[in-house]
Amino acid sequence: MHTLYNLVSGPLVWLSFLIFIGGSVFRITTMIRLAKEKDTAVFEYMNFYYASRSIVHWIVPFGSENMKKHPAMTVVTFAFHICLICLPLFVFAHVILWKESWNISWWYLSDSVADLMTLTVIGSCIFFLVRRLTVPEVKYLTSNSDFVILALVAAPFVTGFWAYHQLPAYRLMGILHILSGEIMLAAIPFTRLSHALFFLFTRGYMGSEFGAVKNAKDW
Amino acid sequence: MTESALKAESRKISDEGLDKGVEKLTPAKIEQVINSVLANETGARLKVYADTCVHCGLCSEACHFFLSNDRDPSFSPAGKVKQTLWEILKNKGSVSPAFIRRAAEVASTECNLCRRCAMYCPFGIDIAYLMLVIRRICHKLGVMPQYIQTTAHSHSATLNQMWVKEDEWIDSLMWQEDEAREEIPTLRIPLEKEGADIFYSVIGPEPKFRAQLIYQAAVIMNAAGLNWTMPATPGWDNSDMCMYTGDNEMMGRLKKAHFETAMRLKVKRIVMGECGHAFRSIYDMGNRWLSWKMPPIPVTHAIEFYHELLREGKIKIAKKYDKAVTLHDPCNIVRGKGLHEMSRYVVNQTCENLIEMHPNREHNFCCSAGGGVINCGPPFRNKRVEGNKVKAEQLFVAKTKGAKVVIAPCHNCHGGLEDIIHHYGLNMELKFLGDIIYECMEKK
Repeated sequence: MHTLYNLVSGPLVWLSFLIFIGGSVFRITTMIRLAKEKDTAVFEYMNFYYASRSIVHWIVPFGSENMKKHPAMTVVTFAFHICLICLPLFVFAHVILWKESWNISWWYLSDSVADLMTLTVIGSCIFFLVRRLTVPEVKYLTSNSDFVILALVAAPFVTGFWAYHQLPAYRLMGILHILSGEIMLAAIPFTRLSHALFFLFTRGYMGSEFGAVKNAKDW
Repeated sequence: MTESALKAESRKISDEGLDKGVEKLTPAKIEQVINSVLANETGARLKVYADTCVHCGLCSEACHFFLSNDRDPSFSPAGKVKQTLWEILKNKGSVSPAFIRRAAEVASTECNLCRRCAMYCPFGIDIAYLMLVIRRICHKLGVMPQYIQTTAHSHSATLNQMWVKEDEWIDSLMWQEDEAREEIPTLRIPLEKEGADIFYSVIGPEPKFRAQLIYQAAVIMNAAGLNWTMPATPGWDNSDMCMYTGDNEMMGRLKKAHFETAMRLKVKRIVMGECGHAFRSIYDMGNRWLSWKMPPIPVTHAIEFYHELLREGKIKIAKKYDKAVTLHDPCNIVRGKGLHEMSRYVVNQTCENLIEMHPNREHNFCCSAGGGVINCGPPFRNKRVEGNKVKAEQLFVAKTKGAKVVIAPCHNCHGGLEDIIHHYGLNMELKFLGDIIYECMEKK
């Protein structure tokens, strides 16, 4: 168990960060290079002001018409993404790890808030799962990989919650928590989780086309 | 067979262009063409769009086909990508002739390229672009609905959409000039006038069967005292069905002829009639194919033009149109140029009572004729009209509020709305803005 712990909390952390950061840089630069070669229009029409205008409308809850049409989905999506990004950065146990390893620290969440946020992520994943299984237009688009990705995202939160509350086999869960977090991080650049990387570009481009060329809103 | 596959089977429509087209295909040919299009003509946009879609289904709400077909997921925007591009990418281009037939039908007859879904997708994935890539592949494979392909052939042979010969074109203009001179004896339709301020361009169907629109435009130009001209050579037609069949080379030829004709006459700008797709071709797609970031010569759509004439007082309204009207927002000039406020200005200046449909402006529902779908002809008519029940409902609501007339400043929308009004028994009149202006203006 100790060897395993040392592996996941040592070399694999480095590896996952390396894959995440290196992979993200690789994916983005490859796509920019390809776009320069094949999609010159993207650079011609990309416009900082209109790209930002569109992005802002889409990262503000209920900033677009479609979000108003799906209020439950909107609330869940925003809560999910906010918790998903903030928790790993500000949960006390993680901040302590940064402090111990690098002697740097920052503001952290209280345990009860962190707990609530973890449950929000887990609950959101269940919502997404139910949606995938029951809403016909989502079900139609769903493939096995969608369930794998959902499981990949839910795993670190389920295991983290388990380990923190010291439920049965929590030591193993702790290891699985670290491992699943690492897998998720490494998967971002190479799966549909890459929407995190490309959101700014796709939305920004559409915002530019609509705003600068077509003189219209796109939200 | 799954339920949706059954539905897809039951909506299979026979079409010579598709049926005969796929007969000639071999798996090797399909694979070679697909991979050559993907490798040579697409790049980061296609890859990123394919990778970024998280299969959330939120685009569905945008599509009139989806909403009108009882939320059948195979009609949702991403559902159409799933049935076409995803399969192609997954199989690396190795797909069957039957698959290509279905893909051609999805891309050409079940999507109007209206771009509404780009405003509903959280990532702004341009599904119209993806459907155009599929059409491009089908074009190169020779699988295209027969009617629209015939129109594309007309473009190739005559540089206009309706097989109008050069002398017939000139003759139609002179005929309309003659007719108009009965009403306004001094009126001219100036042909080949070098150095005119305005080059007025129309689409093929105007000389062919809506010649009164040229008459009306001439009356408006005359009343406003403008220095304008029309060409007596090919290049007069601004329409472009090749843009919709994936024949990009022809799209380029058409736009080149159009721009060069305007430049030959040394005009200051092109003013075009009330057409949506032609505007998309001139302002958005054709110019880009020719490497013009923006059109090489200023282009003014009819709505902008009328707006300008009314605002500057160049034409005056004698008596406002007194029947209550509703206004349809054509996709290609609303999501394509944001002209929705200008069209409302024109309507409010010319009509007593405008009753809005909802949703409107950028969020309008397409007429379901655009994107070349109506040009795929009678075989697909019922699917097109039944695929736009939501528009019929919008029109019906406007009618219950008193609207008697639908104004649609676009030719394709006219065709589409005419069918919808007829099919759903709405009994509403359909007009262009030009019709209203002509009827209400001081003609001098």
